[in-house]
Amino acid sequence: MALLQIAEPGQSAAPHEHKLAAGIDLGTTNSLIASVRSGKPSTLPDENGEHILPSVVRYLEDDVEVGAAARDTAQSDPLNTIVSVKRLVGRDVSELKTLGSQLPYDFVDLDKPVPRIKTVAGNVTAIEVSAEILKVLGKRAEDTLGGELDGVVITVPAYFDDAQRQATKDAAKLAGLNVFRLLNEPTAAAVSYGLDQGADGIHAVYDLGGGTFDISILKLNKGVFEVLSTGGDSALGGDDFDRVVAEWIMTKAGISDDADHGTLRHLMDLGRSLKERLSDSDSADISINIAGSQWSGSITREQFNELIDPLVKKTLQACRRAVRDAGISKEEIKDVVMVGGSTRVPRVRELVGELFNSEPLINIDPDKVVAIGAAIQANVLAGNQTDDDMLLLDVNPLSLGIETMGGLVEKIIPRNTTIPVARAQEFTTFKDGQSAMAVHVLQGERELVDDCRSLARFELHGIPPVVAGAARIRVTFSIDADGLLNVSAEETTSGVKAQVNVRPSHGLADDEVTEMLKASIEHAEQDVHMRQLREEQVEAQRVIEALKAAMSADAEQLLDEAEQQLLLGELQKLMDVSQSSDIKQIKDAIKTLEKASEFYVERRMNSSIQQAMAGHNVDEFK
Amino acid sequence: MLDFTQNYFELFGLPSDFRLDLDELSLRYRDLQKVVHPDKFASASEHEKRVAMQSATLVNEAYAVLKDPLKRAQYLLSLKGRNAEGENLTTTDAAFLMQQMQLREALDETREADDPLEALDKLLDTIKAAINEQIAKLTILLETSSQQDLDAAMESIFKMQFLKKLYSEAEALEAELEDMI
Repeated sequence: MALLQIAEPGQSAAPHEHKLAAGIDLGTTNSLIASVRSGKPSTLPDENGEHILPSVVRYLEDDVEVGAAARDTAQSDPLNTIVSVKRLVGRDVSELKTLGSQLPYDFVDLDKPVPRIKTVAGNVTAIEVSAEILKVLGKRAEDTLGGELDGVVITVPAYFDDAQRQATKDAAKLAGLNVFRLLNEPTAAAVSYGLDQGADGIHAVYDLGGGTFDISILKLNKGVFEVLSTGGDSALGGDDFDRVVAEWIMTKAGISDDADHGTLRHLMDLGRSLKERLSDSDSADISINIAGSQWSGSITREQFNELIDPLVKKTLQACRRAVRDAGISKEEIKDVVMVGGSTRVPRVRELVGELFNSEPLINIDPDKVVAIGAAIQANVLAGNQTDDDMLLLDVNPLSLGIETMGGLVEKIIPRNTTIPVARAQEFTTFKDGQSAMAVHVLQGERELVDDCRSLARFELHGIPPVVAGAARIRVTFSIDADGLLNVSAEETTSGVKAQVNVRPSHGLADDEVTEMLKASIEHAEQDVHMRQLREEQVEAQRVIEALKAAMSADAEQLLDEAEQQLLLGELQKLMDVSQSSDIKQIKDAIKTLEKASEFYVERRMNSSIQQAMAGHNVDEFK
Repeated sequence: MLDFTQNYFELFGLPSDFRLDLDELSLRYRDLQKVVHPDKFASASEHEKRVAMQSATLVNEAYAVLKDPLKRAQYLLSLKGRNAEGENLTTTDAAFLMQQMQLREALDETREADDPLEALDKLLDTIKAAINEQIAKLTILLETSSQQDLDAAMESIFKMQFLKKLYSEAEALEAELEDMI
């Protein structure tokens, strides 16, 4: 008699069905990758046993160095060593907060949507720099887990705008990683904590990283994490603490604003080391020897607190607004979870504890908690935890609006709306025969275009020409589960769908990313064709497996004999070509099967909903 | 597509009543999202992902409407063929309009009060009570479908809109004052 294989509860019985997934914390200062193995999440170390990968990338003529080795040369090769690249993604160079009067790198293309940094290896965008970090992490995971990753969850600050999120996704694409989901950092931390402590209720997550600050208020209820509100500042972090200390030293030591890059980098590092020392001591001695001039002095914790207080107060302001936006009172918050290295600063803990009137929680390693939460979700999204009821319901952090007459912004989707969400707005033409129009989309809370963040201009083409004012163009703005915006448009009287061209204000256009990807594959001397073929084969497998799983679950209940035969026939057709080397053939077969099974997918969705609600009505009579 | 012939109440398996158990609504909302959310289809085909996206969006929209008393009332009226949004609403209740003017004046005066935040707090409570009064009225009016009651409901909705706008402005002032400390 064959032995029955009993698997651990929640684990897939067949080991070959286990998908390889990982969670990535792509931080301003440090990055980590984690994965769930044998039901337990843990960060993955490199070959030296180091879990943390400093987010530093150094460009050499024929090579790229990522991590500690790069960080250690930052002072000697500042123009080619990119630190804190997260502060650059999706932004203008003019927005950078810098030490001294010089920009930290040699920037070019300042007038284009995406600036570039001049290095000995060529001009690079912040997206490409981020991709280098992701590549190293991806490889580390594949080496450790022993196979190709099915997908990853990458965390982003909750307050990241559309441009910054899109840039992160583009970087993942360049690094060859399939992104299951972009996950907000505070939510990831909540997952790590919430599942660990198992406490239902309302929690606040105060996440102060190297370059970004987030505050999120979440409600946990039986495995469902519902974000009530989120706030923050995507240009405020521990780096700024370092900077104000460095500026203080410059003033005291009489170092002028136009000091060279190496000196400025050295001062920033000094600022950081003093910040860290003052977390444990009441005062710290300083002795510097820069460009021939010496200076020594000391700084007390009190002086340090005075320097950082304006910055910390800014975070408290965002906290108060988040509590208000959540529609709750401070007293309803069970605890405050501290995330991010800079929450080790005593003054931060003191002031946050005061505001929320509770001792901040610091027991999970603030450096790893985000990566662990991301790994947990990656494992769920990959389909490894079939009985898991965990669900993350997040919100958009910034209001979405469009530019209207007179440089004003009309809000279409308010901030802190649960995503995914869609809103439609109707427009009409104002010239006879007008066949195109442009919509300027922005993010922010202010009323003037100049005070909000420009996302992109969406050009709608193919509007049927009619008399001015007769067209009814319904533009639908939708924000997906990654927090990314999508725009579609339809002329409702004729049913014609407009063609939408996106021109991002602070990002790369789709074809630019494709070009970059092609170039990087060719540079690595891989075959672009092979890569695309592999992608289509993987997608074909996904579609095949999904349909098989669906049919084995409910074909008997939801499909009649004829429908079952039809689907099985189409399924076989795709299976036959799925391993061929003709990309177009596979693509077409996928499309055909999808079209054929559309009715089934919808029927299943409706049925699931009915079942879910029917379960309730039965309970009512118990 | 998803069964778009259902209205929001039907989607949640609830009767089309203004009276609603909010806890029950939240429970059903979570259960619905567990079934349709894109996270449940992260490894699925592109088409399934699209359907999930549309379904989850619909569920979020329905939840937002049913959860908020004002939106719920407006939605119920739309199901009964009345447009309770926008500029076609009005009131002839002079006493109400007078009260609004007084509340507005009170709001402007809080800045000069000895304890502005306390004065604001009291004002917010007053406005909230007025809003709850309208909610109580609507609960009764929306139980029937008589034209008279629906007319009265339209007026009640208009008043609630007015009060809610005032409440938002008071909250904005509170935020401003708190940040100045």
